[in-house]
Amino acid sequence: PNGEGGRCFLAVVVIQPVRYGLLHPERKAVARARKAFETGRSKSLEYRILQLKNLQRLFTERQSAVSDAIKKDLNKSEVGTQLYETLGLEGELSLAIKKLKEWAAPRPVEKNLMTISDTVYVKPEPLGVVLIIGAWNYPWAVTIQPLIGAIAAGNAAVVKPSEVCVHTAKAMEDLLPLYIDKELYPVVTGGVPETQELLRQRFDHIFYTGNSMVGKLIMEAAAKHLTPVTLELGGKSPCYIDKDCDLSIACRRVAWGKYTNCGQTCIAPDYILCEPSIQDRVIEEVTKSIKEFYTDNPKTCPDYGRIINQRHFKRIMNMLEDSTIAEGGDNDESDSFIAPTILRDVKPEAKVMQEEIFGPLLPILPVNGLDEAIKFINKGEKPLALYVFSSDKKVIKRMTDETSSGGLLANDCLVHYSVSSLPFGGVGNSGMGCYHGKFSFDQLSHLRSCLIKQLKMEGVNSMRYPPHTLKKLGWIIWKMYNNKAEKQGCFSELMRS
Amino acid sequence: MKSIFQLDKPAVSRLCLQFQRLFVVLKLSMERQAVQRAKEAFLSGRTRPLEFRLQQLHALQRMITEKEAEISTALKQDINRSQYDTPLLELIGIENEIKLALEKLAVWAAPRPVERNLLTISDEVYIQPEPLGLVLIIGAWNYPWAVTLQPLVGAIAAGNAAVVKPSELSEHSSLLLRALLPRYLDKDLYPVVTGGVSETQELLRLRFDHVFYTGSSTVGKLVMAAAARHLTPVTLELGGKSPCYIDKDCDIRIACRRITWGKFVNCGQTCIAPDFILCEPCIQGRVVECIRQTLLEFYGADPKCSPDYGRIINQHHFSRVMGLMEGYTPVVGGQSDASQRYIAPTVLKDVPPHSRLMQEEIFGPLLPIVTVSDMDDAIRFVNEREKPLALYIFCSDKKATKRMIEETSSGGVTVNDVMMHYTLSSLPFGGVGESGMGHYHGKHTFDQLSHQRACLVRSLRMENVNLARYPPQDRRRARRVQMALRSPMIDMSKRTFIWAVTATIIGLGLYL
Repeated sequence: PNGEGGRCFLAVVVIQPVRYGLLHPERKAVARARKAFETGRSKSLEYRILQLKNLQRLFTERQSAVSDAIKKDLNKSEVGTQLYETLGLEGELSLAIKKLKEWAAPRPVEKNLMTISDTVYVKPEPLGVVLIIGAWNYPWAVTIQPLIGAIAAGNAAVVKPSEVCVHTAKAMEDLLPLYIDKELYPVVTGGVPETQELLRQRFDHIFYTGNSMVGKLIMEAAAKHLTPVTLELGGKSPCYIDKDCDLSIACRRVAWGKYTNCGQTCIAPDYILCEPSIQDRVIEEVTKSIKEFYTDNPKTCPDYGRIINQRHFKRIMNMLEDSTIAEGGDNDESDSFIAPTILRDVKPEAKVMQEEIFGPLLPILPVNGLDEAIKFINKGEKPLALYVFSSDKKVIKRMTDETSSGGLLANDCLVHYSVSSLPFGGVGNSGMGCYHGKFSFDQLSHLRSCLIKQLKMEGVNSMRYPPHTLKKLGWIIWKMYNNKAEKQGCFSELMRS
Repeated sequence: MKSIFQLDKPAVSRLCLQFQRLFVVLKLSMERQAVQRAKEAFLSGRTRPLEFRLQQLHALQRMITEKEAEISTALKQDINRSQYDTPLLELIGIENEIKLALEKLAVWAAPRPVERNLLTISDEVYIQPEPLGLVLIIGAWNYPWAVTLQPLVGAIAAGNAAVVKPSELSEHSSLLLRALLPRYLDKDLYPVVTGGVSETQELLRLRFDHVFYTGSSTVGKLVMAAAARHLTPVTLELGGKSPCYIDKDCDIRIACRRITWGKFVNCGQTCIAPDFILCEPCIQGRVVECIRQTLLEFYGADPKCSPDYGRIINQHHFSRVMGLMEGYTPVVGGQSDASQRYIAPTVLKDVPPHSRLMQEEIFGPLLPIVTVSDMDDAIRFVNEREKPLALYIFCSDKKATKRMIEETSSGGVTVNDVMMHYTLSSLPFGGVGESGMGHYHGKHTFDQLSHQRACLVRSLRMENVNLARYPPQDRRRARRVQMALRSPMIDMSKRTFIWAVTATIIGLGLYL
């Protein structure tokens, strides 16, 4: 057809949808994922396990592609990638495959007298379409671990890797569709505008890893659709070193926790609190560990990473301005290299103490003992992790009882992340919700309460029906019904009446 | 300076406006003051010891038992609740929650050990429940005591401070709560803030550690958006249209009796009331008759005279519910009396899916029947709409029931009855999608209003086990770490000899 009508027809039926799809591939991906979810194919456990096994194959077959991408993004060595990213994923995949049947089965609950002959259970169900927004620091770990939970729980999932880790995002975009259902689990790449477009769509859960500022925006966007969220955020994770402890081991563990991935770890010990009397020794021991790990010239060491990009490089370098460098400080902007650095006698007002460092600067703030350390920690926002090094159990207990944080680790750094029976997540500004292991499955499921009664024994119900008369007095017995099942006496009494 | 009597009209109105503004500022600052005091009271640490929390819970229990008569009176004035329905529907539930918390608090608040892996075999690994801090509880007007105090029980048990904001629509209950609570509980830790929209908005501008809201989805979105500004987690107990499917092969008489009870209690103003019925056309007539007979039994020929039949909460909702019926002739009931906000128990049949009645949660004594061709049709109908807070299925066929549960989603399900899943505290009560997020009752309230903190306590010994993780990374050492990290979880409660031996051998292997 030609003329006005024809042009309108073309516009509405042909051009608009094409434009829509081209300009908003995100919408298409979400719509396709929802349609795929509604076919019901992710409901069967066999299907979910198949997808998880395919993911397993991805990491065995494509180890080098994964490592190459990480090396280009973060200068992590191949072994480092395995250790910190893919190993954790392999563990989670094996666990999910092994336990899925148990996790997805109906969970019977305690009954009371009223429900003693009924079937009562909690049934885990898929939520629908989950949006997973990844971060750039451990891109595979923080993007795929939630995906494992999403798949296991029977959801569809739109995966949005961070655009900051350019090569890894591309690797995910290329590899994931080759192994797992590309309609159910599409990868959407892009930057801020693409993420904003995604956030305008409706999801059944949003899983975000990143910083608190963006976390607020995500939750606000989610509120428009009443979408629940899991926010894995960050903060300044304090590290208290007690003067009565094996300093050389403590400092070695702190150095490892701090400088892995060049400090770009959400649970890295952000700063040290210790008494002035041990500050020099702490600096000495951390320096020793740095040399042990990364040789005298960390720049040439294959195990030492780089800052992700120029913007973060500048941000971190700015923090050095008003503090005293005890060790390190060397840098090379062209290579995004900052040497492992220790700052001493840092004041609470210093630039480096105003925001999460997320870099290889380790400030030491002298405090006069545990009390002052606890007071200082409680003045700030609740951190994602709290570290305390001490041989004295009482010190550890006090620190546990008088502070709050996402997680607490005594006498080591980072490793609570790898215990899948512990829920990993923040509190307050450091986040909401938790995951890892079964927690991922539960977080991305709806736990539906089910009470199956029968149409018999109507006599038992009679006391709840009007007309309510004193004569019935049934409501007193009703009250007893709701208590424990020990009250056999009343029950038989009622059956007789 | 003119005397006040010499002021002209514009000046007087300017003065009034200024007084009004001052009043507003002073009043608004009352909310801030209450919140500030509660925060400080929490930071004093007095909610930490379990004895304190138990004492507060005992006090709350005393309040419920001692003031039952006053509470009943307030509810009668608010919503014409009958004397017997008050304990039945509200107070017994609260008492049971308090009793459970008193009994179980020590267990709930204790550290919860978890499974260890090989790397953490000699460590302490547990989850420690901790108070969140300051909780805001926004109540609703339909069961004002239950939906305000049940979350409060959990907040107190979990060691939080809590600002309680009862709904202004249930005015008498709200004022009574404000008078009573400070007489029994710590008045700094658990202040009651009354007021309407502006007071609630002012509260939502302040920072809490958790917001617990019961009410409508529209306001739920606003609450969540406000909470987002402070990264405050929320529990939203919302609503929706809870479908009730009656299979043609079931005891329709008993089914209708139970549905009638659930629908018309509190005059339909229950978040988990069966909103509408889905059934095949062949049984529609029978369903209507059974409901009619049951209504007669429950409320007599003229429900208006029955002391057990409630009223609509206010004029606005009365008009809203009446408006839903416009254009339809009910087969049962339909009478109303605006002066009493009375609407008779009403049943409507053959209701078209696109009618106004089917567009929003009714929250009133109108029971529409929508016909469907079979269970598949019913499932399709339910799935085309938002996920409801509750789903009811009346069916004697276990397989068919199972299928309906599996092919739909909802906050909760009760089969062959209505609302009863609410009464079992071991079941988590909450919605999904538009019907809400989070859940509570029993231990679930405690967990919802706590932070489950992951704790791992290691020792500074056995550093050799860690050596393989440090750089310089080489393949040999990495393999050893991989082996250790891949080890299965161990349930240390078993403590078998074999495990001890295996662990030692592997440990030695790592060392060498």
